[in-house]
Amino acid sequence: MNILSLFPAIPLLMMLGLWISRNTKQIHAVMVAGSSALLALSVYLVFAFLGMRAAGNTAEMLFTDSLVWYAPLNIHYSVGVDGISVAMLLLSSIIVFTGTFASWQMKTDVKEFFMWFCLLSVGVFGFFISIDLFTMFMFYEVALIPMYLLIGVWGTGRKEYSAMKLTLMLMGGSALILIGILGIYFGSGATTMNILEIAALHNIPVEMQRVWFPIVFIGFGVLGALFPFHTWSPDGHASAPTAVSMLHAGVLMKLGGYGCFRIAMYLLPEAAQELSWIFIILTTISVVYGAFSACVQTDLKYINAYSSVSHCGLVLFAILMMNATAATGAVLQMLSHGLMTALFFALIGMIYGRTHTRDIRELSGLMRIMPFLSVCYVIAGLANLGLPGLSGFVAEMTIFNGAFMDNDTFHRVVTIIACTSIVITAVYILRLVGKILYGTCTNPEHLKLTDATWDERLAVVVLIVAVAGLGLAPMWVSDMINDSVLPIISHILN
Amino acid sequence: MDMEIDFSGVLTCMHTEISLVAVIVVAFLYDLFAGKRGREIFHPFMCILMLLFIAANIVPFPNEDGELFGGMYLYKPVYGIIKSILAIGTLIVFLQSGSWLRREDTSFKRGEYYVLTLSTLLGMYFMISAGHFLMFFIGMELATVPMACLVALDKYRHNSAEAGAKFILSALFSSGLMLYGISFFYGTAGTLYFSDMAARIDGNALQIMSMVFFFAGLGFKISLVPFHLWTADTYQGAPTNVTSYLSVISKGAAAFTLMVVLVKVFGNMVAQWQLMLYIVIILSITVANLFAIRQKDLKRFLAFSSISQAGYIMLAVISGTPYGMTSLIFYVLIYMVANLAAFGVISTVEQHSGGKVGMDDYNGLYRTNPKLAVTMTLALFSLAGIPPFAGFFSKFFIFASAFEEGFHVLVFIALINTVISLYYYLLVVKAMFITPNDSPIATFRSDCGTRISLVLCLAGVIVLGLVSSVFDGISLFSFGL
Repeated sequence: MNILSLFPAIPLLMMLGLWISRNTKQIHAVMVAGSSALLALSVYLVFAFLGMRAAGNTAEMLFTDSLVWYAPLNIHYSVGVDGISVAMLLLSSIIVFTGTFASWQMKTDVKEFFMWFCLLSVGVFGFFISIDLFTMFMFYEVALIPMYLLIGVWGTGRKEYSAMKLTLMLMGGSALILIGILGIYFGSGATTMNILEIAALHNIPVEMQRVWFPIVFIGFGVLGALFPFHTWSPDGHASAPTAVSMLHAGVLMKLGGYGCFRIAMYLLPEAAQELSWIFIILTTISVVYGAFSACVQTDLKYINAYSSVSHCGLVLFAILMMNATAATGAVLQMLSHGLMTALFFALIGMIYGRTHTRDIRELSGLMRIMPFLSVCYVIAGLANLGLPGLSGFVAEMTIFNGAFMDNDTFHRVVTIIACTSIVITAVYILRLVGKILYGTCTNPEHLKLTDATWDERLAVVVLIVAVAGLGLAPMWVSDMINDSVLPIISHILN
Repeated sequence: MDMEIDFSGVLTCMHTEISLVAVIVVAFLYDLFAGKRGREIFHPFMCILMLLFIAANIVPFPNEDGELFGGMYLYKPVYGIIKSILAIGTLIVFLQSGSWLRREDTSFKRGEYYVLTLSTLLGMYFMISAGHFLMFFIGMELATVPMACLVALDKYRHNSAEAGAKFILSALFSSGLMLYGISFFYGTAGTLYFSDMAARIDGNALQIMSMVFFFAGLGFKISLVPFHLWTADTYQGAPTNVTSYLSVISKGAAAFTLMVVLVKVFGNMVAQWQLMLYIVIILSITVANLFAIRQKDLKRFLAFSSISQAGYIMLAVISGTPYGMTSLIFYVLIYMVANLAAFGVISTVEQHSGGKVGMDDYNGLYRTNPKLAVTMTLALFSLAGIPPFAGFFSKFFIFASAFEEGFHVLVFIALINTVISLYYYLLVVKAMFITPNDSPIATFRSDCGTRISLVLCLAGVIVLGLVSSVFDGISLFSFGL
């Protein structure tokens, strides 16, 4: 069995294990064993990948494997990874691992919760390893539908509305992707569904590309919170339970950016060049509008959700710049945003679990009451606003650097506009930190609260280590990404 | 045409029909002569008999085309495949009807139920294998008239009697339309043999009109918009097990036959019937989806869902390719297991809760009957086309088959509709899992037959898509324009 197939296989086995578990202890055991195995596997994969690259293997995808699935449509179960997918797999397994610990205190229907959670991870992992259009799309949809029940059953607030809105909007996006995939497949002569082979054929007529590119880009863009299709995101994130918010903002939204890059732009390069300006404008709006919206929110989760719209907009913004530096920055931003937003949602979940409110007007002086969580919250905030030494700085620096390299006015102007988001981010983060962490606590109920438990500490520390690790030593991962971005970018430009 | 009749092929080509007649005769005789103890095991006996019938016929043989009675009856391996699928569906319906048939007011009508159901199945078999419009018509009537009796089987229930009356009236009307259309064909082509007609169809105005009549007649059976008006009332009023039979088996057979006739007989009029289907598909999918959103009764809800599913099936027909036919058969198979799972849950809940079929009654079902709720959820996910369940694959193939022939906008409209359909399927899921309820349906244990049938359906929903061999097997025998 190919090592990559283990990624979706392990969560499937975990589902089986959960199914036969009889009590919470066994459920936790299965989850910890499985998510640790995933984490170990992805770390191993990073080293194995780097090792093979160091040994001089320059193939675009490594660890490839292909099995015929539906021969009449040339559908294969094809897997393979490049530096981008390796980074995404690492990110996903970190989030699954920490998500498990972040939901340690869950009381109701634990088994069902984790089973849907594992199904979600099957989809996520499967998506990142696939290099076949059909298989990739299948895993994409597998990752979407568990969200409905995860939010609808275990969520808070207006959960039914949010769950339905999120599911329908994302499914609408995936309907666009489906027709785009059919367009790409039949447009390229209908001989293969393999992404690399379609790219190598490079024979989709330009007039067809002009139709399919916007459709596919918007389809994936819905999940990447592309303005104006981002409206599911704040409601969805605000209502979702902690671990689901983490996985969803941390990993699932990255599926959108990844898909836009790997399918829309890579397979429809001419149209991507022609039409990128439309989407550059839209993503610039996402970036700035998301940041401004975050400023006026009063719910902690809404603030973070709008901040995610802004940061994920930056991912799409960067890949549309179509140069290797910006694209590397985009992938770094996916990693960085995934980690720090997961950290944020984990902390918000922990604070909400104690105070039972997420309204910043009702929270203050938490630093005295729960110092560990508060310090971590400050770190997450600093990473979010791009403090050097943490991951956000590396990613955003690379993106804006790359984006400014284009020496025409349009690209430079939008880059400058997008840059303002850094300042706005600083505004809402600092305001937020000042408001809820410092000052004096006025609510006597809150004074009785306790600090993080061991499972929460573990989840948070792992994430902080990853955020700081990426910020302090970005070279090993950015080189790996840059290697893999280069062939894609050069394909798009030629 | 040489009318000399050759009987030597009867046993090889017609073995499916002959063995089905044998099953019907055995059921009839058993009903007549079985004693008190024998009647108690009538239901398992019939299920086993049906299982034997399927076992004997599941693999289509012989592996080559054949014809009987001077071309009245045709045999092709692909017909054998669709017949096996319909037989499996019938077995599943039988398994699910156990507790309904044990009820006091129906138990004495068991024999009639089995014989009538199998007669309609026989009618569909002849309809599928027809090589002549008369044969086709007789088969269709044989499939329709007993169906009206089945719909009205709970005759003391006001709804059921009303549904039966509505069904037979609309069925007669549609048959009349179809006969009218067929008579024009005879007038313009001078023959009713499929093989001879194909060459003599040239698409003149009279033929276009008669094709519309013919299509309208079959449209009633498949319940496509605008011929769907009987569907919701009949589905709601009929006994649930009959509804499930009607929604899957009868629809599947009619859809398949429509494709065969359009491809084989009306090959010269492809432009005309593609246009006709184009309009009907958009109407069926969209109208049915919009109506389904507002339904509160699950049987009516699934009635509208099945109308929209019929629209999706037509996407395979419109392509007219061998690949389209493969997708159609595969779609019918997947739709069958998913819909029968949903109806199986509805039927068993209805039997054990004193007739509850409203969507609000299902609130909180997961708390009391988790397995049934999960079964229903997976079935609905499959109907909505969510991976990794089989419905995703069958929908994808249907879309691909229509897309390949250039129906891009049509596929786009159908895809947008899948999102709408997901909304109403999720409403049921929401009722079962999320909406709280103070007095949910009490916990109960379904009868053995229902449980077996639900396991079979669930296995189908999960496995059929992930394993490609079924699709590959079907694709070996399909044919197109």
